Amino acid sequence: MRPFAFDTATDSGAAIAIHGGDDRRAYIAGGTTLIDLVKLDVMRPAALIDVSRLPLAEVERLDDGRLRIGAAVTNSELAHHPLVREHYPLLAQAILAGASTQIRNMATTAGNVMQRTRCPYYRDAAAACNRREPGSGCDALHGINRMHAVLGVSEQCIATHPSDMCVALAALGATLTLEGPEGRREIAFNDFHRLPAEHPEIEHELAPGELITHVTLDTPLVGGGAAYLKLRDRASYEFALASAGAVVALEGEVISDVRLALGGVATKPWRAVEAERALDGQPAVASSFEVAADAALQDAVPREHNAFKIPLARQAIVRALRDATARAGTTTTTRGNQG
Amino acid sequence: MMDHSDAPPQDADALTVTLTVNGETHRLTLAPNVVLLDALRDRLGLTGTKKGCDHGQCGACTVHVDGRAINSCLRLAAMCEGRAITTVEGLARDGALHPVQQAFLDQDAYQCGFCTSGQMMSAAALLDDGRIGDSDAEIREAMSGNLCRCGAYKNILAAIRQAESEARGRGGDA
Repeated sequence: MRPFAFDTATDSGAAIAIHGGDDRRAYIAGGTTLIDLVKLDVMRPAALIDVSRLPLAEVERLDDGRLRIGAAVTNSELAHHPLVREHYPLLAQAILAGASTQIRNMATTAGNVMQRTRCPYYRDAAAACNRREPGSGCDALHGINRMHAVLGVSEQCIATHPSDMCVALAALGATLTLEGPEGRREIAFNDFHRLPAEHPEIEHELAPGELITHVTLDTPLVGGGAAYLKLRDRASYEFALASAGAVVALEGEVISDVRLALGGVATKPWRAVEAERALDGQPAVASSFEVAADAALQDAVPREHNAFKIPLARQAIVRALRDATARAGTTTTTRGNQG
Repeated sequence: MMDHSDAPPQDADALTVTLTVNGETHRLTLAPNVVLLDALRDRLGLTGTKKGCDHGQCGACTVHVDGRAINSCLRLAAMCEGRAITTVEGLARDGALHPVQQAFLDQDAYQCGFCTSGQMMSAAALLDDGRIGDSDAEIREAMSGNLCRCGAYKNILAAIRQAESEARGRGGDA
């Protein structure tokens, strides 16, 4: 592993001051992405700043009914947290569908948001990759692209966003709190990750030196049923070929509100807005789900080895919507008296 | 084991790190890029923890930090200051094998043995973690971060079952 300098920060102001907006420096919390990629020589930080000890390990209900999650809360703690299990079962299901026990014990909430693609060409410092080395090309376009994305792709990059947790955040709606040299600001989760377009090397909206301090979930859908379905090559500890996270609320037999997001098929956590629009006010039956799935995938661009993901994702969407519908009205919420 | 603790740091960025491993404290001078796995094996001589993939994919390096199983290959040693680290060498107590160790012996839950210390560390953490259900499927899921290329999974599950029932029989809280 290349050498780097190391500092520990005990509050966010100190961490940001040490970082100083120098892009050769990086924050480290769980390290499950970063140390892996430093070993592979894909990331080459001159200095790491340990932010795992910042006082950001709390999960708390805000007065407006939202749930504020500290950046350093581990994936395990979050998935098993009573407030998450009760009000955001989609998030608990998605986190527990990802990685292994050990990785979930290490990985943090903000670190999961910041995790990098598993594209083997990105992870191979000898391969052409516009995301790792702008302008070098993309070996995945005509390579072994079975695991690659079909949504949100460009001719510069087709790397899949690997996170399960982020699929739940995309569906549930969330706000990231960022702190940096210029102060504090907030950004909607679904605006945080960028599509690769012409600049796949710019993955997100963080300014130099900025740190994610909190992830705040929108209020849960009243009476919403949740389902996360992940399809993969083995039953555990494997990235998704396609996944779908759905929350469905019903009025009688009609869909009154729905949230749908996809994983394993897109270059960023993918909120399926066209599908949600197609479902609004429709009867909660298989034919509606199929129309919605087609809408979600209408712009999909298959490559040589990944065309199978389109029918696979279609079926994941239909089944996640079916399962979420079956659970609708049974999810406990305490939001009945607000908005 | 080579002891360089008295030697001046080779690297201007070297850190002094105090690690508490199996209840003993060790003061080490380390380069910042040393992971916990290498500090345990190469500096403290605790070679029960194995290096398999070195990328968090195989689980051979599993140790406990503050009671939770982690991949020591992906954790910087410098980030473990003040944490309680337990390795497979610290599982046995007062000369008696940990119930998980005894169960692995009784159930023949290994072939080559390379993954075994990591398997046992995950199993011991699992038995202490009340959040994880005790169906076979939930145990397999909780253990999926530990690969066994010999394929001893069936007996590993049996060993965890044995250790679990023994803990229950003793009135333990596992």
